[in-house]
Amino acid sequence: MQAGMESLSFTLAGRTPLPAGFAPVLVGVVASGNLEVMVEPAAGSDCTFEVATSARGFGPIWAAVVRDFHDRHGLAGARVSINDMGATPAVVSLRLDQAAAGLP
Amino acid sequence: MSAARPPEGAQLPPGGTARGAKGAAMSTAISFAECSARERLALLLDPGSFHEWLPPAARVTSPHLAQLGLPAAFDDGVAIGRAMLAGRSVFVAAQEGEFMGGGVGEVHGAKLTGLFRRALLDKPDAVLLLAESGGVRLHEANAGLIAVSEVMRALLDLRAAGIPTVVLIGGANGCFGGMGIVARCADWIVMSDIARHAMSGPEVIEASHGVEEFDAKDRALVWRTTGGKHRYLMGDCDVLVEDDVAAFRVAAVEALGRHRPLTLEGLEAEHALLERRLTDAPAGADAVALWRSMGVVDAELVPDWGAAEVVAARVG
Repeated sequence: MQAGMESLSFTLAGRTPLPAGFAPVLVGVVASGNLEVMVEPAAGSDCTFEVATSARGFGPIWAAVVRDFHDRHGLAGARVSINDMGATPAVVSLRLDQAAAGLP
Repeated sequence: MSAARPPEGAQLPPGGTARGAKGAAMSTAISFAECSARERLALLLDPGSFHEWLPPAARVTSPHLAQLGLPAAFDDGVAIGRAMLAGRSVFVAAQEGEFMGGGVGEVHGAKLTGLFRRALLDKPDAVLLLAESGGVRLHEANAGLIAVSEVMRALLDLRAAGIPTVVLIGGANGCFGGMGIVARCADWIVMSDIARHAMSGPEVIEASHGVEEFDAKDRALVWRTTGGKHRYLMGDCDVLVEDDVAAFRVAAVEALGRHRPLTLEGLEAEHALLERRLTDAPAGADAVALWRSMGVVDAELVPDWGAAEVVAARVG
């Protein structure tokens, strides 16, 4: 990744299988203090998270927020992609839950 | 521009007098300005009819932003596709003003151009542009400038082909710069009273000509110079609505057949009108004096009026 942006990825074992081939869900907008979250179907039973963020050095906090989300929902067979522009952990958690609420 | 006044129903939310409609709108209206681009599409078009091209999952994103350390958006800030509006087929684009101020980058512009070119082939009943943009995305410099010029050319090709092009302006960021010009290239413009439409934005004018010329922090000045009421009174927009998604939908349905042939005579008449504006404008005066000189009664009250009252006050 280019200087300035930081890329993070996490893979967690899922519990709740989603319907195969569900329509992707997009919530949020990339703006200062905000982020967009897209959830798409993926092969297998893992839930993967790919984060591109303009705020460098917050890897451990992202890991904690992602783990909390996964404890709540445990999506299986999902690919979660995030474009972030410095959202706070609380905003990230709300956006993730908003995306999960839009799933079938 | 000689705009025929549209039917009364185009300006008012359904039902009621001007006052009554405004009161009703306050309890039930969904603010167009506060919706995201995608929320506007969902509420404006026939339910579930929007079929998106190059959706977020296609990840057609800006090739420039990452080099500057900036995050991309999966749709590069614009959603394009086909849909139905009151049972008629339309092509539609919605710009997301929150992402880079709705700025037109290379991909964003190419999506708009591609939509318009496909409309030239498929001939929908109309092409709708939900514009919210500060103009060219400066981070993408020349690529963005070229993109906006391509958007203009594609839009004018649609007009030449007789396909109605309708611009809806109601986002909090307004419609400025290159997109301000694109909007004026279209057949029909709908604005809300809190929308803004101009070429140079307030900060740009202040930066280049000084605060004595234009105080960008004076919000009342900004709105009476670029806002929907002013644009409607001047004839620069065709329909003025309240900041209500349902009112925008009514106006968009009304606009479906509004094709204006683009002719040399029409352009020359518009140039003459612009010249007259300069020569006839009261010296050193701002919008209120201008409205008064145009014959608007109680012009000083315009900033307090709702959309319906402004519509009733327009002269000619």
